[in-house]
Order: sequence, then C-alpha cells, then structure tokens
Amino acid sequence: MQRFNRRGTAIAALLGAGAFALAGCSSSGSDTDPSESAGGGGDTMEPVELSFLVDNGGTTLGSVEALTAAYTAEHPNVTFAIEQRPGGSEGDNIVKTRLQTGEMSDIFLYNSGSLFQALAPTKTLLPLDDIANAGAIQDTFKAGVSVEGSLYGVPVGTAMGGAVLYNIPIYEELGLEIPTTWDEFMANNQRILDETDAAPVIQTFKDTWSSQLFVLGDFGNVLAADPEWADKYTANEVKYADGPPAINGFVHMQEVYEAGFLNEDFASSTFPDGARMVALGEGAHYPMLTFALSEIQTAAPDNVDDVGVFAMPGDSGPSPLTTWLASSLYVPADTEHPDAVKEFLSWVATPEACDIMTEAVGAQGPYFVDGCTLPDDVPRIVADMLPYFEANNTQPALEFLSPIKGPALEQITVEVGSGIRSAEDGAALYDEDVKKQAQQLGLEGW
Amino acid sequence: MWFYLPAAIIYGVLFVVPTFASFYFSLTRWTIFDSEFIGFDNFVTFFSEPFLFDSLVNTMIFAVITSGAKVVLGLLFAVFLSSQIIARGWLRSVVFFPVLVSAVGIGVTFSVLMDPFDGLINQALGWFGVDGPGWLTDPDLALISVAMVDVWRGVGIATLIYIAGVVAIPQEYFEAAKVDGANATKSFWHITLPLMRPATTTVIILSLIGGLRSFDLIWTMTRGGPGFSSDVLASVVYKQYQAGFYGLSTAGNVVLFLLVAAIIIPLFWFLNRKEVDQ
Repeated sequence: MQRFNRRGTAIAALLGAGAFALAGCSSSGSDTDPSESAGGGGDTMEPVELSFLVDNGGTTLGSVEALTAAYTAEHPNVTFAIEQRPGGSEGDNIVKTRLQTGEMSDIFLYNSGSLFQALAPTKTLLPLDDIANAGAIQDTFKAGVSVEGSLYGVPVGTAMGGAVLYNIPIYEELGLEIPTTWDEFMANNQRILDETDAAPVIQTFKDTWSSQLFVLGDFGNVLAADPEWADKYTANEVKYADGPPAINGFVHMQEVYEAGFLNEDFASSTFPDGARMVALGEGAHYPMLTFALSEIQTAAPDNVDDVGVFAMPGDSGPSPLTTWLASSLYVPADTEHPDAVKEFLSWVATPEACDIMTEAVGAQGPYFVDGCTLPDDVPRIVADMLPYFEANNTQPALEFLSPIKGPALEQITVEVGSGIRSAEDGAALYDEDVKKQAQQLGLEGW
Repeated sequence: MWFYLPAAIIYGVLFVVPTFASFYFSLTRWTIFDSEFIGFDNFVTFFSEPFLFDSLVNTMIFAVITSGAKVVLGLLFAVFLSSQIIARGWLRSVVFFPVLVSAVGIGVTFSVLMDPFDGLINQALGWFGVDGPGWLTDPDLALISVAMVDVWRGVGIATLIYIAGVVAIPQEYFEAAKVDGANATKSFWHITLPLMRPATTTVIILSLIGGLRSFDLIWTMTRGGPGFSSDVLASVVYKQYQAGFYGLSTAGNVVLFLLVAAIIIPLFWFLNRKEVDQ
C-alpha cells in the first residue's frame, strides 16, 4: 500500500501542477478575449479551480479524468485538481477524516449506500436537489444516496453485478449448462474438477475484500425468499445465524472449500490473479463484482470475451442478479464554490457525460441516468448482465437497503472459506460484528 | 521556574492532555461528530468478542517469542562477534543492517519470499524435496512466521547491546578462570552470563515493549490474517479505527497501554532487584 500511496501522491502532485498551469492558461486566455469564456456557457465569469478527490481504481479514475477534461474543454474557466486516494477501508478513513476536519475537496467520489450513510450526510454534505438534471437520475440510484428526502449524490459509472464470472471455453468444452441452482453449480464444479486441470472455483484471499462475494452476491436470493429481510435486519429482528436463507452464503463457502474445489493457491492469490485465471481458463468460476471486467481488459485483453457472468445460484432458480449501485460524486457542505460544482454535477447527469465515460473506460454495465445508452458491441460480461436488467430480475445488494455493514466480514469470510471456522460460527460472529456498526449509527432496537 | 515552563507546557499539551482525553473517549461511543458516554461498554465488547480477545493472546505470544529469541540469539551473536574472528567489524555491521531498513520494506520483501508457491523460501526447500508450508497463509503458522522476521530485523539491536556488555567485562576474569582450568563453556556460564545481567534487562525490556506494540511488520505481511489468526492489539485498534469505531479503538489503545504497563513495571522492578542482589 505504501508503494501505491507514494506513487499516488506523485501523480496527484503532477496533476495538481498541471491543473494550475491550465488555470493559468485559461485566465490569461480570458484576459485577451473575455467574451469567449462568457460564451462558453459558464455562468461564473471568474475562473475557478475545483479540487476533486477520487479513489485510484482504474475505472473510476479513468472516468473522472475523461469527464473533467471534457468539461474543462467546454468551460475553460472551470478547471480541476484531481487528487487520488487509496480504496478500501484506508480510503474510508481518509474520506471521513477529511470531512470531519473540514479539509475535504470541492467534489469527491465515494460509495453509495451504507458507506455513504456512515458519512452523516445531513451534517457534512451539500444537498443536490436543486441541480438542473436531478430528475434524470433514476430512482433506484437516488434511494442509495438520499437521506431524509434530500439527494446528496450524482452517479459516476454504471451498475455492477455481484455474481459468478465463468470461463466460457471450459463450459463449451465440457458442454455445461449455466447453473440456476446451487446444486447444479456444485455438479458443474465436480465435472470441472474431474475432467479438466482448471480449478472449479477461484478464490483470492490475499485481497481479503474479494472473499465476500459468496455472501454479498447471494443477497438477491435472500430477498427472493424474504422480501422484507433487509428491513427486519436493520430493525434487529433477523440475523445471519438464524439459518436459511441468509446463512446460505456462508454455508456455500464452506461447501466449496470442503469439496476441494478451490485453486491451490487461494490463500495467497490476489484479485488481479483471479481475474487473469478466469480469463485464461486456469479456473472456471470466480465469484466477483463485474467491475473485474476492467482488470481482465488489462490482464488478458485477448480473452475478454472468454468470460461470461451468471447470477449467484441459490436454492431454487432462476436466481436474481444482486446488483451494486455506481459510485457517486458528493460535495462537502462547506465548499467554496457551490454554484460551479452544482453546474458540473448537473452536467455529469446527462447522456453526453455517459458517452464520455463509455469512450474512456468502455461499457461496464447499465447507467443510472435517463437517456444513457450503451454501444451495440459490449463485452460479454456486460452482455450477460443486461438480460437480468431487462427482465427486471435484479435485486440491490444489502448495503443499499440497510446502513449496516460490519467491518470484519472480509476476515470472517476468509476464515469460513479456508476452513478455519464453520459457516454457523462465522455467521454468528458476523452478527456480533454488525452490532457495533448499528450502535455506532445510533439505530433503534440495538 | 520560568526556565521549566516551555517544556512543561509542551509536555502538558502534547502528552498529558491526550492521555487523559483518550481515557475519557474510551468510555464513549464516538462518531465523527459527537460522542456519547457509554461507561465501560467498549471494554466489555473488547473482552467479549472472540477476535478482539484473541488479539490480546496473540500480542502476548508475539512479544514473548520475539523477546525470548532476541535475548538468546543476541547473546550468542555477541559472544561470537566478540571472539577473535576475521572480518569482525564487517560481520558486526552485517547483523545490524536489518535494523536500519524500514519495517514496511522488510515486510513487503518477506511476504514475497514467503509466498507458498512462487516464494524463494519454499522454492529453495523444494530443491531438497521439502514441501514448504504456507508461511503466511497457514493460520497456525502466520504469527510465528512474522515473529521470525521480526527477530531477524531486531536481533541487531540486542546484539549491539550485548557486545557492549561483553567488551566491558575485564579480561582478567577470563584469564583467572583459565588458570583455574575453566573451558570456554564454563567461562560463558560463570563469567559472561552473570555479568551480562544489566544488558539482558535492557534487551528484555526494549524487545518486550517493541513486541507488545508491534504493528508495521504484521500489517504489511498478513494484515492480521488469514482471518484473525495473526491479529495483535495494534492491528485490531487500527482496523476498528478504520471502521469508524473511534471509541472502541481508543479503548483498545487503553488496553494496550495498561497491558504494557502491567507487564513492564513489575518486570523492570524484578529484574533490577536481582541486579542489586548481586
């Protein structure tokens, strides 16, 4: 991480320096011809530089760089100083600390859903109900970035699925069907184990966050069995350890481990390893978020269309696809440039901005802004996702329905998935972990 | 009076106030905006949750292993490096080099070396037909592996302290012992070892404190994993802080502070008393 930080700082410094240079250019430009910048559509005559904090993930960073560059091209008096932060819990830490100390940049990118709720939005963030294109943002997304009826975020990027990535050549070679139930999935795994050299299931526990998908991606099945589960969970009426449907994700992890379906280096592999393995057929299934697409595009550009995706199979099919909302742009309440920022965010919620993102990082999934379209030739993973959306067979992940997400889930799923702890113990331990989060948020009934 | 004031103010603001503030905040549920007094709930949580309590046990194991190994190895190295060997000065500096390297650098390097499949250590074992274990991925072994690396990194300081001790022993004692017919082993047991007690006290205290609050190596090598199997107090405190449980993580720090005090103060008293007895 240290290494990344240092590189991140250097890049941020470079970008910062570049942005200052740009700001210098644009202000001298407007000296010579003031009418030009006024005609550029910006309401603000004064050149402003907006600071912008983004995580260093390839897709988000690429999208943000493309968006800001395009916006500055149209509005030369608005420039951006992009600053990078690490992702994961280290990033959470940075965002919270900077909000608390009033050091937050004018715009920042962060998760929607439960992580957003933990920022105490009513105290720290600027409501965005009055931006011009607020109406174009889809209601599913608004629900994940609103508190007490006020909207606080504008989406960047696309919906993601938390599902099973699979290697298509292996499926074709063995003549396997896409599984719709857990039993079919396990039967496929057994055949792959018996008849090929590939690992039936890839796990990459060195990047602990990647271990959570069997549990988080199974949530669509939980909701299918009990549509009220998330509300009851928030109210402390149901627990993971209560048994099916919620505990199934933990049980599945244990079954996969005990059946010997994992790649032999599961404990020391990383997320990029996993993306490479599923693309090259070293493994058949990889439970993962579909944003792995961009990693596959980097690691194995020739094999992008060898990877498809299906929803996490549950007890009875056909399983819904568990989906994640896009990340969102937020504005701290104490920004010095509320008008310039709102104008930019309103522009981000347009089909034009969607197209810019598609061009910069490729089509990753459906957008959350009305009127946005995808090109015809999307990668296979995206093509496999779209039918779920068209058939309305999707369910949001738990973190978008409940503010409760325990911080130790990734360690617990590593333990269950490597046979250190049983599924029942793991679920019970996670219920304990979650209690701290609920109390911290001051929820009723905890 | 005026002469002491600046130091007293700085000391008060930077050390005394935060210490007492942390005692207070450990009794609260502290979010990014406000804190609510909840009594000893944080401490109850800390001692009732298995993975929080296990970290306490792991901390003790880690501290005892590293401290013990540094005492034994440091003493042996010091005796060896004080003997008449060639390139003694160079060898002395070699054992000290790891101390100078940043812990993060060492951690990253060793996590590559200890990779169960591609790592140099297991590949080297493979040449002898030995199937090396998953040093950092086996839950029973991860903490021990990190402890071994910590010993490698820290033994230089122990050796240095011991060399100073060995050199300070007057040669007459050894000559007298030789005349009386003592061999090298006997000289070591009856002269070197007893006269090294002050150095041993220093090494034990320093390495035990270092071991109890160890964080950097563990974090870079395993992040407390797999699961919670190599979590120590410091890494747990860090994770709770990252999760936004500021009150709980402060409580963890208070536990760490009390633990260090509860172990070091009696130990210091005990070891120094022995010294006076001599």
